[in-house]
Amino acid sequence: MSRIATRFQQRQQQQRKLLIPFITAGDPQPELCVPLMHALVEAGADILELGVPFSDPMADGPVIQRASERALAHRVTLRQVLEMVRNFRQQDSDTPVILMGYLNPVEIMGYSHFAEEAAAAGVDGVLTVDLPPEEAAPLLERLRKHQIDPIFLLAPTSSEQRIQQICDAASGFVYYVSVKGITGSGSLDIDAVTTKLEQIRSHTTLPLGVGFGIHDAASARAVAAVADAVIVGSALVRQIEAHTHEPHQIIPAVTALLGTMRQAMDGN
Amino acid sequence: MATTDSSSLDFSSLPDEQGHFGPYGGMFVAETLMEPLRELREAYHHYLQDDTFLQELYADLQDYVGRPSPIYHAERWSRENGGAQLYLKREDLNHTGAHKINNTIGQALLAKRMGKRRIIAETGAGQHGVATATVAARLGLECVIYMGAVDIARQEANVYRMRLLGATVVAVESGSKTLKDALNEAMRDWVTNIDHTFYIIGTVAGPHPYPAMVRDFQAVIGREARIQMEQKIGRLPDALVACVGGGSNAIGLFYPFLNDPEVAIYGVEAAGEGLASGHHAAPLCAGKPGVLHGNRTYLMEDDHGQIIETHSISAGLDYPGVGPEHAWLRDSGRATYVAISDREALAAFHTLTRVEGIIPALESSHALAYAAQLAAAMNPEQAILVNLSGRGDKDMHTVAAREGIEL
Repeated sequence: MSRIATRFQQRQQQQRKLLIPFITAGDPQPELCVPLMHALVEAGADILELGVPFSDPMADGPVIQRASERALAHRVTLRQVLEMVRNFRQQDSDTPVILMGYLNPVEIMGYSHFAEEAAAAGVDGVLTVDLPPEEAAPLLERLRKHQIDPIFLLAPTSSEQRIQQICDAASGFVYYVSVKGITGSGSLDIDAVTTKLEQIRSHTTLPLGVGFGIHDAASARAVAAVADAVIVGSALVRQIEAHTHEPHQIIPAVTALLGTMRQAMDGN
Repeated sequence: MATTDSSSLDFSSLPDEQGHFGPYGGMFVAETLMEPLRELREAYHHYLQDDTFLQELYADLQDYVGRPSPIYHAERWSRENGGAQLYLKREDLNHTGAHKINNTIGQALLAKRMGKRRIIAETGAGQHGVATATVAARLGLECVIYMGAVDIARQEANVYRMRLLGATVVAVESGSKTLKDALNEAMRDWVTNIDHTFYIIGTVAGPHPYPAMVRDFQAVIGREARIQMEQKIGRLPDALVACVGGGSNAIGLFYPFLNDPEVAIYGVEAAGEGLASGHHAAPLCAGKPGVLHGNRTYLMEDDHGQIIETHSISAGLDYPGVGPEHAWLRDSGRATYVAISDREALAAFHTLTRVEGIIPALESSHALAYAAQLAAAMNPEQAILVNLSGRGDKDMHTVAAREGIEL
């Protein structure tokens, strides 16, 4: 069983919903990434989602775009991101790590090479935002060979047929995008999310994570009531951005916000 | 990649159902856009077979755009240049001054049929933005144009023109603040407002069906040209030449000739300050395959897959990607892609202006410069057709500035 599946199973037994924070690797400084990852786990993260910076993040809002730009200013590459995961793994062999990004850096590294290196570094899941299942077969084959879970997005616009197709291709969990829009946008409509999650559950037994539009303890709690996992990105990255010029404040600020979400989800 | 024997390929049958031209094209977008793209694909396939739609489109192309655009035999230029006869397909005479409107008319009519009341578009030089704002004004549709902040500064006249036409011009401050970032921002708008918004992409790039759809709307250029050349010289030309940024004017001319192996095809990219300098916009000549803006194609990228900044004197060619069909035509050997520098394009700009009294767009000047080189190596009985894709009025400030003149 993959580290992601194991983690979902453990938490289900503990009746605890999963909290999955997103940060962009190398934002605002490459050397801060691994300590921040450990701090997030300490503050209640169950799985970590690490953004691979890309020059043209088409599906991201301004907050994560700027995070990408800050990381790229340090010339952070996909290889370096894998190195960060490898370093993280020296002290944490339990917390699953998912890479989230765009296809082109993976494409230029080569699918086989990437899958091999990612598995060796300790990556558990890969989410390529701009790779729908229609185009994904060659990459999926390589990821599966190395026991890496391909994570796919489902959206409010996904039809029954696409839901089935995506659930068939995915493993680990399915990531439901709660709003029509980009990361960090809009406010989520919890009734609409609930209805859509029911529809998705009729197609799969995979756990369901919900992301986009979760920005505070209240929205985290609301989503945790209906989903298996709560994914939070822009709200945390905004804290990083606010403390770019006083980097020693970043870990306290980010973990404080994550901590309030954890508490709200656990009903404390 | 290896060049195959292109004479055995049927180019008119591409792309396949998923939008592939060989290994290129496809649909590389986030899940939220997959369903809207399917709706667009169905609407486009439906209306391209619909007589009422086509009649409305052709009537607009004739009475509003001014089609067919003439073919002009540039006799004096041909004589001075020496070698083959040079013919110009006068897309510069279209309403709004370039080929871009052939596509915006088609897509805007499609938007209306699909019940969308808001139009968005990206623009680099501003030509596609102007052509989009123009049809939006005529059809009474809300219009938002995304334009890089750097491009806004160098194309003020077109920005003002779009605002006159009632469009909202949004300055894009992310990334390199040029065309590629405007495209990213338009995609972000689309994904947020998909219920009532239609995204008019201006070139033969983006996710399927855009490369095929934009080509089909631009192919009127090549269809007319076949008939006009038969009338003028009693046969097809020996060679076609067009500039390639994203590649819409080029594919519009090339497509109806792809299965005529006797017609040589040349696409001209922007070599900027020279291919060796790294400051250029020539992915087919000096780039690598990758995935950007919804399709797999040749890109200007670094060794880690990050898209790099491009350079060209013409904003319309200043784009790090290229339409996937061009990528396939390159690999298959059916078309040849070359590059012309800023300096060479400027020289051709001045030559055509002085010798023929036609001021070409800087984009088109790249095609003119290569056509002149090609013609010189051919004989006077042969004929080259160049796509004069736009007029140069918009480039007055750029050209004057090069000569140290402030207008």
